[in-house]
Amino acid sequence: MKPLLEVRDVSLSYHTLSGETAALSRISFDLMPGEFLAVVGPSGCGKSTLLNLICGLLTPEEGSILMDGKPVQTQTSRIGYMLQKDHLLEWRSIYKNVLLGLEVRREITPEKTALIDEMLRTYGLDKFRNARPSQLSGGMRQRAALIRTLVLKPDLLLLDEPFSALDYQTRLNVSDDIGTILRKEGKPAILVTHDISEAISMADRVIVLSSRPATVRSLITIDLDLPDRTPMASRNAPGYKRYFNLIWKELNEHV
Amino acid sequence: MYEISPAQKQYLKKHRRDKQFVSAMRVLIFAAFLFLWEISARAGWIDSFIFSSPCQIGKTFLEMCMDQSLFSHIGITLIETLVSFLFTVVLGVGAAVLLWISSRLSRILEPYLVVLNSLPKSALAPLLIVWLGANVRTIIVAGMSVAIFGSIINLYTGFMEADPEKRKLITTLGGTKKDELLKIVLPSSVPLILSTMKVNIGLCLVGVIIGEFIGARRGLGYLIIYGSQTFKLTWVLMSIVILCIIAMALYGILSLLEKYCLKHI
Repeated sequence: MKPLLEVRDVSLSYHTLSGETAALSRISFDLMPGEFLAVVGPSGCGKSTLLNLICGLLTPEEGSILMDGKPVQTQTSRIGYMLQKDHLLEWRSIYKNVLLGLEVRREITPEKTALIDEMLRTYGLDKFRNARPSQLSGGMRQRAALIRTLVLKPDLLLLDEPFSALDYQTRLNVSDDIGTILRKEGKPAILVTHDISEAISMADRVIVLSSRPATVRSLITIDLDLPDRTPMASRNAPGYKRYFNLIWKELNEHV
Repeated sequence: MYEISPAQKQYLKKHRRDKQFVSAMRVLIFAAFLFLWEISARAGWIDSFIFSSPCQIGKTFLEMCMDQSLFSHIGITLIETLVSFLFTVVLGVGAAVLLWISSRLSRILEPYLVVLNSLPKSALAPLLIVWLGANVRTIIVAGMSVAIFGSIINLYTGFMEADPEKRKLITTLGGTKKDELLKIVLPSSVPLILSTMKVNIGLCLVGVIIGEFIGARRGLGYLIIYGSQTFKLTWVLMSIVILCIIAMALYGILSLLEKYCLKHI
C-alpha cells in the first residue's frame, strides 16, 4: 500500500535577530491511509512545528513532505487542523461557526449544508445550532470544532493537543468522544500530545521525538488486540501498561 | 417568579436607596448652583454684565428661538460635527485596515502618525482656513483633524491584537488574508470601533468649534466668538450650555448604539 503522507528528512530552524534555533532535524516517517499516528515528545521540542510543516503553514528548509505524492499547500490541500483551543467565534452561532470553513473556501453548497445538519444531529449538537459558543460545555465546543473541520472532508486530520485546554475529566470524555468519531469516520490523523496515555489510547502508532532539535527517537506500533478500539477500552487493555512504560523510558532516556 | 429571601430584599432596597441618593445629590447640586448664580447676580454680588445669570440666559434663548436664528447656528454646528464624525470613522477604519494589511507600511508611517497625533490640532486650524477658505468644508476638515490620527492609531493597535491563533484557524481552514480581516479582525474589533466612535464624536465637536472660532459666519463657535467680542456674554454662556447638551446627547446616542450593537452581534 502506498503511504498517504511521506515525510522525508525534514529539517527546520527558526531565525531571529539574536540567532538561529534548530527546531527539527532530519525527521522522517510515513502515514498510511486510515492510520492514526500520535507524536509525543518533551514540551517545546517542535511538535507543533511539525504539524505546521505538514499542513503547509511552514516550508521545510531541507527535505520534503508529500501528500499523495505532491507537495502540500494550505489553500488547496485537504488537511484539517485542530488547534489547542476550539477557537469558536463568540459572535457567531454554533451553526455559523461550523460553516466557517466552507465560507472561507467558498464551497457552500446544498450538499455540504446537508452534511452539516447531519453531523450536528449525529453528534448531538442539533439543539444548539443557534446557541452561542459560551452556552456550550467544553466537550460540546470541541465537538463543534471537530465538525467544523470534518465538513471540509479532509483527507488528513492534524490534532495539536486539542484537549490540553480542558480539565482532566472533560479531557478523558472528549478524547474518548473525538477518538471514537475519528475511528468511525475512518480519518487518518496525526495527534500531537505530551500525554503518553492519550497517545496510546488513540493511536495505531506512536512517534517519540527527542528534545530540541527534534529527531525521531523511535516508532512504536500499538497493538492492543481489542475488537473495538475505543480510547476508554484501550486505557483498560492488558497491554496498555507495557506501552506506557516503554514510551516513558524512551522519553526519559534521552533528556 | 421565585421567592426572594428577606436578606436579598434588604440588599436590593439598600442598593436602590443608594442609587436614589446619588441621583438626588446630582440634581440638588445643579439646582443649588443655578439658584446661587441667580441670587448673586440679582443682589449685585457678581457683575451680571460679565457673569450673566440663568434667567438672562433663558430669556436670550427664548428670544433667539423666536426669531429662529438659534436653530441655524445649532443646526450648522451639528451637521458639521456629524459629517466630520462620519468621515473620521470611515477613513479611520479604512486607514487602520490598510496599515493592518501591510505591516511594512505601518512601520514606515508610525513616526508620522505619532507626531500628527500629539500635535495640538488647533494649531492647524488657521492654516486650514487659509488653504481651504472660510467655509463649511474647512470646518469639517478641522473637526476631522482632531479625531482622525488618534483613532487610526487606536484602531490599528486593536486590529493587531486580534488573536493570532484565530487567524491561524482561518489559514488552516484554507482562507486568505481577506478572510482573516472579514471573519476575525473586524468582527472581534466591533467593541473597539464603537468605543473609539464614542471618543471621536466629542473630539469632532471640539475641532468644529475651533474651526468656527476662526472662520465661520454661523454656528455655536461663531456665536461664542462674536458674543465675547461684542461683550454679549449671555450669548457665550448660552452657547456653552447648548454645547454641553449637544455633547451629552451625542455621547448618549452613541452609548445606546454601542449597547444595542454589543447585544446583537
